[in-house]
Amino acid sequence: MHIIDIVAMDKNISLNHGSGGKLTHQLISDVFLKYFHNETLDQLTDAALLHIPESRIAFTTDSFVVDPIFFPGGNIGKLAVCGTVNDLAVSGARPLYLSASFIIEEGLSMETLDTIAKSMAEEAHAAGVKIVTGDTKVVAHGQCDKVFINTAGIGVVSGPHEKIATGMNVKPGDKIIINGDIADHGMAILCERENLKFKTDIQSDCACLNSLIDSVLETEPGAVKFMRDATRGGLATVLCELAGERKVGVELDEESLPISEPVLGVCDLLGFDPLYIANEGKVVLVVDGDRSEKVLNQMRKHPLGKNSNIIGEVVDDHNGMVLLHTDVGGSRIVDMLAGDQLPRIC
Amino acid sequence: MKAMEVFDAFRDRRTVENLAGEIRKISKKSIVLMEVCGGHTMAIQKYGLPALLPETVTLKSGPGCPVCVTSQSYINRAIAYCRLDDVILTTYGDLIRVPGSSSSLEKERARGRDVRIVYSSLDALQIAKEHPDKKVVFLGVGFETTAPTTAATIIRADADKISNFFVYSAHKVMPPVMGKLVDEGVKINGYIAPGHVSTITGSGIYKDIAGKYGLGCVVSGFEPVDILNSVLMLVKQFEAGEPKVEIEYTRAVLPEGNKKAQQLLYEVFEHRDDWWRGLDVIPKSGLGIRDKYASFDAEKKIEVEVEETKENPGCICGEILKGLKNPRQCKLFARGCDPSNPVGACMVSHEGACHAYYRYSSHG
Repeated sequence: MHIIDIVAMDKNISLNHGSGGKLTHQLISDVFLKYFHNETLDQLTDAALLHIPESRIAFTTDSFVVDPIFFPGGNIGKLAVCGTVNDLAVSGARPLYLSASFIIEEGLSMETLDTIAKSMAEEAHAAGVKIVTGDTKVVAHGQCDKVFINTAGIGVVSGPHEKIATGMNVKPGDKIIINGDIADHGMAILCERENLKFKTDIQSDCACLNSLIDSVLETEPGAVKFMRDATRGGLATVLCELAGERKVGVELDEESLPISEPVLGVCDLLGFDPLYIANEGKVVLVVDGDRSEKVLNQMRKHPLGKNSNIIGEVVDDHNGMVLLHTDVGGSRIVDMLAGDQLPRIC
Repeated sequence: MKAMEVFDAFRDRRTVENLAGEIRKISKKSIVLMEVCGGHTMAIQKYGLPALLPETVTLKSGPGCPVCVTSQSYINRAIAYCRLDDVILTTYGDLIRVPGSSSSLEKERARGRDVRIVYSSLDALQIAKEHPDKKVVFLGVGFETTAPTTAATIIRADADKISNFFVYSAHKVMPPVMGKLVDEGVKINGYIAPGHVSTITGSGIYKDIAGKYGLGCVVSGFEPVDILNSVLMLVKQFEAGEPKVEIEYTRAVLPEGNKKAQQLLYEVFEHRDDWWRGLDVIPKSGLGIRDKYASFDAEKKIEVEVEETKENPGCICGEILKGLKNPRQCKLFARGCDPSNPVGACMVSHEGACHAYYRYSSHG
């Protein structure tokens, strides 16, 4: 092997990095252990051995194939941590451990992978979770697009929060709250991807929501009846699921929906309805009507909840259906997204 | 939700309420108004405007979505083009999901054909410049609104001596279909006339609709205040028995239109008889490429074998486009035909009546 080949190989992922041999070990120690290291992962056992407090366990998994892998406000690694942490947190769980599996296209630069792993470690650290196990596969050029990541996560649910995931206590009179501007993530990806002839400063809202959610659950125990993060399909889809699953009516007030001017502008221009655009750092909460103001105040104190607002309520009418009162005083039904979602936004 | 400042006045709740109140006060006789622009269909549903109107006023959607009125044989031919190894097919996004007889452009793309979505015909020309070894076919779809840009692109291609750029035209003009609907017995009392089309053509093209057919025509903008104001103007005309052409969208439309765009349009295109979904052939309603620019005409320059047209017998897109039926009267609506699995073109396009109904109103 010529010296040039060795240098080139060092800068890019090759099929050999997935062989299980020397290069795989080198990749694991040079990139993944460097950033993710903790006492469990450092053992390099086939399965992570974990201590989990006695309680109900929440367990979830998600795969990330976002295109492009770097976008304003984040990258595929940050997204992979936030997505799984948020799925646990909105289920009322305290996220503890993550796995991280990488499917890498040969030729990806080592520097790119390094940047992705670094931001995963930073995000996990900030969210107080540990990446305790993982896997790396390398596929030939063209067999995947740059890098795909799967993360699974485990969290613990304490007794009072067990019913949040199903929303079984949701009832008419409950208020609906969101923690800030909608549609940022989907529009940031779209603007980055579609080669639009204008510039925007729209940033993805990609963030771990567990600390915000913790603060609400701790200060207002029992007030939260249901939570879900409004990812693919956007806010509309979460509310349609709520109305359909719990057989309640939902009324949404367009005027109180937080949305930034640039996002509204791009949506107007390209004909997108922001209600259906993906978010990666937005949680929809259904809270006891009498305590909604207290929950709202608490949320607004948190950096990820400054723009929180009460956006609607659960009603004992038109069960299974979401009704939107429009800005101009009209009303219309909001239905599940069918068809035209943007592919590969997360 | 806060609107952008420039639109604030046209989305102002109090103005909307006042206009709706005025309509309720004035409207005594039942009136049916038809919008013939997909943008209006979308806006009416999106802002929930029907909820604000009195029972006397009914809004109907007509053949205003260019994707919806495009024939299946056109889609079949586009599919045949994209199956050629030396062709890159370029199109506006809405068209790629419209079903042809046995496939769609989206399905062809999934099978590896080179089908690309563009936002402008000039982007398609750029692709042609970057791929001199390929034939780049652009699907020219739309009314007087988009036809001038296609024309300008052909003129540019001619000036730049590009020989691998072709347009497959389904461009159409609006006035003949507005007359044809009335001839077909569609019961309406006035038209909310298309805003963007009229920006190019001016409002003069509707003179016959008001004169010969006795129907009011108000050229409307796309904001809720615009649309309700147009409805109010049409109701006033109707109550007074004085149908005429008026412009509500004065910030964009002049009676004589945009002369330069018209010049471009007719430099490249000429009127021809054209087929409309549900309405068959309407004389002088389409725009074909003039002989002078025949070297850019895909129909003349690229030979393909095209699949036979096979429409789904249950689909009533034609009657929906004519405003004779509403989407909910179609037995396929939400039962086998929805935006993720469209049977007819009206369910595909964002501006299609079925799509708009599916998205914004109940279909439980």
